[in-house]
Amino acid sequence: MLKVADFSVAYGQSEIIKNMNFTLGRNEIVAIMGRNGMGKTTLMKSLMGVIPSKQGSIELDGKEVFHLKSHDRVKAGMGYVPQGRMIFSTMTVRENIETGLTTTNKRTVPSDLYDLFPVLLEMRSRRGGNLSGGQQQQLAIARALASDPKLLLLDEPTEGIQPSIISEMARTLKLIRDQRGLSIIVSEQVLKFALDIADRILVIEKGEIVHEELRSSVDEAKVASYLAV
Amino acid sequence: MFSDFSTAELMAIFAMQGFAGLILFAVFILMALGLAIIFGQMGVINMAHGEFMILGAYVTYLTSTLFSTHAPDLFGAYFFFAIVFAFFAAALLGALVEWSMIRFLYHRPLDTLLATWGLSLILQQAYRSIFGAREVGVVIPDWLMGSYQLTDMIEVPINGIFVMCLALAATVFVITLMYRSRWGMQVRAVVQNRQMAGAVGINSAKVDRMTFALGCGIAGVAGSAFTMIGSTGPSSGQLYIVDTFLVVVFGGAGSLLGTVASAFSISQSQSILEFFMGGSMAKVLTLLIVVMILMFRPQGLFSLKVRR
Repeated sequence: MLKVADFSVAYGQSEIIKNMNFTLGRNEIVAIMGRNGMGKTTLMKSLMGVIPSKQGSIELDGKEVFHLKSHDRVKAGMGYVPQGRMIFSTMTVRENIETGLTTTNKRTVPSDLYDLFPVLLEMRSRRGGNLSGGQQQQLAIARALASDPKLLLLDEPTEGIQPSIISEMARTLKLIRDQRGLSIIVSEQVLKFALDIADRILVIEKGEIVHEELRSSVDEAKVASYLAV
Repeated sequence: MFSDFSTAELMAIFAMQGFAGLILFAVFILMALGLAIIFGQMGVINMAHGEFMILGAYVTYLTSTLFSTHAPDLFGAYFFFAIVFAFFAAALLGALVEWSMIRFLYHRPLDTLLATWGLSLILQQAYRSIFGAREVGVVIPDWLMGSYQLTDMIEVPINGIFVMCLALAATVFVITLMYRSRWGMQVRAVVQNRQMAGAVGINSAKVDRMTFALGCGIAGVAGSAFTMIGSTGPSSGQLYIVDTFLVVVFGGAGSLLGTVASAFSISQSQSILEFFMGGSMAKVLTLLIVVMILMFRPQGLFSLKVRR
């Protein structure tokens, strides 16, 4: 459903993502792994259109989105949960989720989002900035899901979150995938989380995919060796 | 300075100057609201804001002459039409300016300062060429003339009360729009994080244009109100722009309630001090106090406390 071809991103002269090619199937969860500074966040941001990309093609369900602005990419069916969550801190939890409804015709938060994250229902009148890290992460995911995406991009969702919540998040994300039939790309440094959630693992190094493996046949030691400093 | 007056006189002076200050407050708040939402949303300091106000004043003047020549029977009601026309004229010009100039400069905030200052000069000259260098006065309909006698010594001008109500209505309108409407929510999201707002599906370019137009439109309404307390000339707007900036900064950028509070305190202290020490000294003292307070509270009067 997603086809990325000859995709390059550069900051000035330095090319961060180099001619990347990969595809993503419907209902598939792919984890993109790599050490710091290897281009994970840049890849996610450029797929979302938050930063400009240099060349290539991003085809979502047969539609070219490379030249679209990020709000049009949301309309085309992409949802984005950024690194560091980036919720709107002075707005309430409910308003935060409602911003995600912009591209839809809905006016009120669908109740199934609150079913997924009951804590948000409890906190709906609080300011987003006053939530804990884990709650903010749930809020960021709920906000992205509000626009009914076909593809969800999650950038290091486990960053700064306690281990018990990490495994719960893996469960929730798989549940979301099964319920809504969406595809997920998640960038990750925590191998355990990636193994918990992904169907396929891509390892990137210096902006190129250096290793690709299905979850079912994954050689943990090999992937771990890529992540070791 | 108070010793020359009896207590009763002092009370009357405070009350009357207080009411006079309320009219100033009304103009400040209408100006500052527009400036605050534009600055809050896009970080653009609109130096031409005073000229948008004066556009509203000229539109009011045109409407009044139009009504007096073509529909003298309806003259009493012209002001309501004038407000609407002033709003749309200023908003349209604002949208045009945003589209043709400001949107190319979002990455260069200091350049917008220069560009809008240039725009203010262009507009001033345009007014001078079209309407003449002489100030024009607007004929106020009869029902807005005169004053309301509260006690022997205190009387309140009716047009002042009207302008006050207008300002209050505009404030309530803007606050409702910002905190209750979908559009307001989008504006607040863009203010907080432009990139992220785009990534949840908000078209920030469209929101920018609407915000700029709305801010300028409110300045146009301020211009309508302004015709009641001053005469309209090509450069009348300049006198107000500095005070308005003061109001916005003092109130805390991004907080509408702070803007209201700071407009109130600045206009009141200005108006009351003016009576005792003259206009310039009153301004000096007000400025000094504001600067002192800002030294201890650089974020302005009101600011939200949350984790960033």
